Amino acid sequence: MAKVNSKPYQREISNTRWYWRNETYMRYIARELTCVFIGIYTVVLLVGIWRLSQGQVAYETFLQALRSPMSIVFHLVALAFSVYHSVTWFNLTPKALPIQIGEQFVADRVIIGAHYLGWAVVSVVFIFLAGVF
Amino acid sequence: MAKSNKPIVWGPFAAGGTVTAFVTPVLILLTLLAALGHVPDGLTYEGMHGFASHWLAKLAIFAVITLSLWSSAHRLRSTFFDFGLRRDKQIATIVYFMAIIGALASLMFLYCI
Amino acid sequence: MTDRSIELEVLRYNPETDSEPYWQRYSVPHHHEWVVLDALNHIKENIDPTLNYRWSCHMAVCGSCGMMINGSPKLACKSFMRDYENLIRVEPLAHFPIERDLVTGMDDFVSKLARVKPYLIPKQDKPVEEGEYRQTPAELKRYKQYSMCINCMICYSACPEYGLIPKFLGPAAITLAHRYNLDSRDGGREQRQEEVASGEGVWECTFVGACSEACPKHVDPAGALQQVKIASTIDWFKEQLSSWLK
Repeated sequence: MAKVNSKPYQREISNTRWYWRNETYMRYIARELTCVFIGIYTVVLLVGIWRLSQGQVAYETFLQALRSPMSIVFHLVALAFSVYHSVTWFNLTPKALPIQIGEQFVADRVIIGAHYLGWAVVSVVFIFLAGVF
Repeated sequence: MAKSNKPIVWGPFAAGGTVTAFVTPVLILLTLLAALGHVPDGLTYEGMHGFASHWLAKLAIFAVITLSLWSSAHRLRSTFFDFGLRRDKQIATIVYFMAIIGALASLMFLYCI
Repeated sequence: MTDRSIELEVLRYNPETDSEPYWQRYSVPHHHEWVVLDALNHIKENIDPTLNYRWSCHMAVCGSCGMMINGSPKLACKSFMRDYENLIRVEPLAHFPIERDLVTGMDDFVSKLARVKPYLIPKQDKPVEEGEYRQTPAELKRYKQYSMCINCMICYSACPEYGLIPKFLGPAAITLAHRYNLDSRDGGREQRQEEVASGEGVWECTFVGACSEACPKHVDPAGALQQVKIASTIDWFKEQLSSWLK
């Protein structure tokens, strides 16, 4: 291919602020940041298991610590981020795992709907097992 | 060009992402209830200890904690890159190492229950 | 019918005289049925013949007129002026070097495209007398969506990872590799995987999804890349397993 000229102009991209360019990038960054809250929450669970292994007194101290205002605020924020993770994950599933039956592909909303249904069932089972009702 | 070994870290990430999508919100909801002072029966010491004593429950807890930590670690790695931190090798080593430490710790705690 | 006039701000760059690009503003009439490409043609014919841009078919088939319109990568022939406010900013496709005005350098994309061997590599060659390689409608449907790509490079402009990591093979090239991998007549997947599953291949993708939102032909490259990741992961674990069993 013939070169149009020998002085093409290369535009700079900011390594640290590129995602401010549009809403899609911002939503992506929000989705990726869910890992921070899910990660920290998993460490909370890990601490819970640790305290459980140390006996009743230790575990009840852990339950007491959960009641701090900081913990409540963290739970609310983490809940919002983890729900965002679930929604984005399930909504993208049909792209990653399309199902073709005969000539037709199963509609995205069917695959997404099945995941939401599964999510609801898992949630109800956990709530039931935990003895909430 | 040589094929990448990324699948070994991406496979557990994808599995973990799926597991956390299904279970993390409801787990947070349950501990939030406890945080608000309404500890569900299953989350009291007797309830949790009884549950976590069964080997199948131990296996499930281990799987959830390990996969959650791993998928968070892997996403954190690419998030650091997206925020402009380019020391990917060092960041990858640290985040995966922390996930493995967490997984081993959970194994030890579960063994002690 | 001209009902009002629209300001078009175009990023200009002349490599012979300019050290960097600058904005130039043109007033163009607004017609309800005009696309941005019509406005550029109007400028070229009536206002400023020095303006450079690529176009050919004016019907979203040739893939030549990709450019940033108000910051989003679009085909100028598919972007109606009526969908914009009174000021439209037009720039060359992001992430590519500017050759002149709205014309960008395609060399990187074209060489990446060639690397993934985007053509049928039959499982076994057979003489012409034996007839054609037959395919059922279901087998066609399997890859058809990914064959709609017109190489307009809009997905590369939408993809932040390509902007940050220029060596990344990118959405369209990997999607085309996937298109041929899915083809029942093809046997070239192993060869393509050398590039696609490499460190510069699919693993640089973090599933931002911007490529699929921007694609004017609804190819959904992001979906293709996730399928490639899953298939490459299964490959990898199979390879490990079989090397242990030996």
